[in-house]
Amino acid sequence: MSSTATASLVGRGNADGARLFKEWFSELTGAAEENRNAAYVFVMGSLAELLRCFDLPIVFPEINSLQTAVRHVAHEYLSEAEDFGYSPDICGYVKADVATQLRGGAHPMGKIPKPGIAVYTNACNTYIKWAEIWERMYGCPIVTIDVPGSRAAGLRPGPGDPDYENDLRYVRVQLDELIPRLEAVSGVEFDIDRLRETLDHANTMARGWSRVLELNQARPAVFNALTDGTIYLGVSNCLRGTAQGARYFDDLVEEMEHKAREGIGTMSEELYRLLFVGVPCYPIFRRFGELFSEWGGNFVNSTYLWFASGGANEGFQYDLERPLDSLAEGLLSGVRDAMDSMFFQTDALLGMFQDFSADGVVYHPIKSCRTVSTGLADQRRETMSRADVPSLFIESDMMDRRVVSEAQLKNRIDAFFEGLAARRVQTAARST
Amino acid sequence: MTSNPKALEVVLAPELKGLELDGLLTGCRQLLEDIEFPTVRVWREHGGKVVGHFQVYFPEEIAHAAGTLPVRMRGAPVEPLQSDSRFGSYLCSILKTSLEVALSGKLELDLFVTHPICDAARNLAGVFGRNFDYPCQILYLPQNATSGHAATYLRGEYGRLLRSVEAVTGRQVHEEDLRKSIEVYNRNRSLLRELYRIKREAPWKIAADEAYALMAVGGLMLRDEHNELLETALAMIEARDTRRLDRIRVVFEGGFCEQPPLDLIRAIARSCYVVDDDLLIGMRWLLEDVPLGGDPLANLAHAYLETSSYSPVQHDDRKPKEDMLLRRIEGAEAQAAIVTAAKMCEPGLEEQVTYTRSLDAEGIPYFVSEFEENMTSFDHLEIQLETFVENLMFD
Repeated sequence: MSSTATASLVGRGNADGARLFKEWFSELTGAAEENRNAAYVFVMGSLAELLRCFDLPIVFPEINSLQTAVRHVAHEYLSEAEDFGYSPDICGYVKADVATQLRGGAHPMGKIPKPGIAVYTNACNTYIKWAEIWERMYGCPIVTIDVPGSRAAGLRPGPGDPDYENDLRYVRVQLDELIPRLEAVSGVEFDIDRLRETLDHANTMARGWSRVLELNQARPAVFNALTDGTIYLGVSNCLRGTAQGARYFDDLVEEMEHKAREGIGTMSEELYRLLFVGVPCYPIFRRFGELFSEWGGNFVNSTYLWFASGGANEGFQYDLERPLDSLAEGLLSGVRDAMDSMFFQTDALLGMFQDFSADGVVYHPIKSCRTVSTGLADQRRETMSRADVPSLFIESDMMDRRVVSEAQLKNRIDAFFEGLAARRVQTAARST
Repeated sequence: MTSNPKALEVVLAPELKGLELDGLLTGCRQLLEDIEFPTVRVWREHGGKVVGHFQVYFPEEIAHAAGTLPVRMRGAPVEPLQSDSRFGSYLCSILKTSLEVALSGKLELDLFVTHPICDAARNLAGVFGRNFDYPCQILYLPQNATSGHAATYLRGEYGRLLRSVEAVTGRQVHEEDLRKSIEVYNRNRSLLRELYRIKREAPWKIAADEAYALMAVGGLMLRDEHNELLETALAMIEARDTRRLDRIRVVFEGGFCEQPPLDLIRAIARSCYVVDDDLLIGMRWLLEDVPLGGDPLANLAHAYLETSSYSPVQHDDRKPKEDMLLRRIEGAEAQAAIVTAAKMCEPGLEEQVTYTRSLDAEGIPYFVSEFEENMTSFDHLEIQLETFVENLMFD
């Protein structure tokens, strides 16, 4: 491949992702200014494929909230929500959104339209409590799509099993019940051929997402799962089910395949390959990444890219011949996978450690999110008891800079890398 | 009547038999605070199996019908010495102490069940499963309560749970076993309704902490035995000769999962009549008798969805929680509300905002507080509460 190709391909995914993201926020701003009501959804089981059939602007409040942190204004939003009455001890995403609503949608990326309906799964319980806030603020309908998760580690019955069929039937009926509610809110009649189109785009995106993740097994890794990966993740969620999103992932696969083939890494010198478990530290997002990259540490994969994509990492392919049945199957499978990668992740993580030739695992539980964080200390114990996996456990937050201590993080991270370096020397000494 | 052959043969709390009311209530309190779980030990010594279930609601009838002892895991007054290293920093206490009593061997189980009531609790199946050899699982109670298919789904989920319990006991459960257990629990719920009627109509006869202890021990023994205990106690409470005092009538809200320490409830009872509450609401979740005819699991599923109470961890369009609280206050003829939440309890803390705004809108006085099950100092809170009460009385 020529250097011309390299010049045109490398970095395209990041540039296009940033552009698409800005355009998406501009569209939301336009919708808000036209007083159009939006569908509020969450990343784990957004059902964007279905919602797009009703021409509703789609708002991801989690993404809006994390953007306030990335843009260093989250504390203003958190304070406003706390003044309203919300405790410092609840999810920071919720509070940033409450403040956004109290400000009439004013947001650093533009303006957020009000909800006409909220559709969310039970992948995170806070989704439900959060939607209740909009219900009370606006009187809009809120719809829980209940997706039963795995009942225990390793217990994942499949088609034909009565427990699986009971769950699938429940999800399927809820989709049937949702459609008339979407028709009523949007005034748009459901068209199953439009659903086929969005499912087709979602298939392309899921295939691409799965392939991109797989390509990071290359050495050196072709992207950083913490920093670059978050850009790809944003497109995966916000443009799910669109032609733009499908094209983006086709392009991204092309770029990453090129980099893998040519041995082009995302870092000039990749010394340590790391896995990330938890949620990024958005209040100091860039610096947080640098604390690792300065040591030559690169995140080659993360559970975040699994669960925060709603399980799109599985690459599930909808059967366009039976769209609604297949949507139910995909939703059950994806959301269940997302939940498994939070609650029962040890096997998957150990597999990832092998497949990605990782040197260590960084656990980053956060105050704001009990869904992700509650079991991490215990999962780390199990991982370390089952395999020789160096790991680091650091706590901070995804929103609240009051519980982010950069100096403390740096101390722990530096010590972790020193340990990895010493380990490498010892291993080398043993082998000579 | 019981389905369990051991239920009539084994008395788990013999020390509570034949006592006068004061002694019985003291005994209940001691049993509740005994971190050695003596009733569970006695049951195990007789070869019984134990199903531990985390808060809030669990269809105990299913475990009871299989001949196991269902134990309500509601934390404990213990230090989380071993469990602390299994969890992150920003969590409620009940998670840690519930695991602690299991890790320390004080509470031995044969099956553990948690529920997706909150983001933290749904992790417990994984945490317990990694630390114990016995099966640990999540019971997925429906979160879309108004779906036309929710009851059918839940019937299937209860069937799955039943198979799990049967696997633990090695004993097949028949419909008749379930009906007999439902009958036991119907009786239990009826007696608890009677206890709460007395709390509402004659709160001077039973203090809030006494009523709580009397109810809560039901989570530690077979309900057959609890029924006998309640029958004895209720008769004595009705006959109790206590003087009516000039105290304000309050509703206590915020005890649906982690429980406030008994001393906190007692501190409140010193200045208020707690005429209704949501303490251990799971024990009173089903508001009416579950029908005995037809499919027992379908009846339990229907009751969970259609004739049930409310809590911050269940969303149901038909039961807006702030309206339900106002209804509880009105039904109990309360003058004020104590709106609490356990520290770090997201659902409780989020609901506090809604509750207080609704109470403001209705002009109902309220007292807001947070608690932790292991708190030991109540002086500050008691002074604040007394000031609140005085303001109301002399307003």
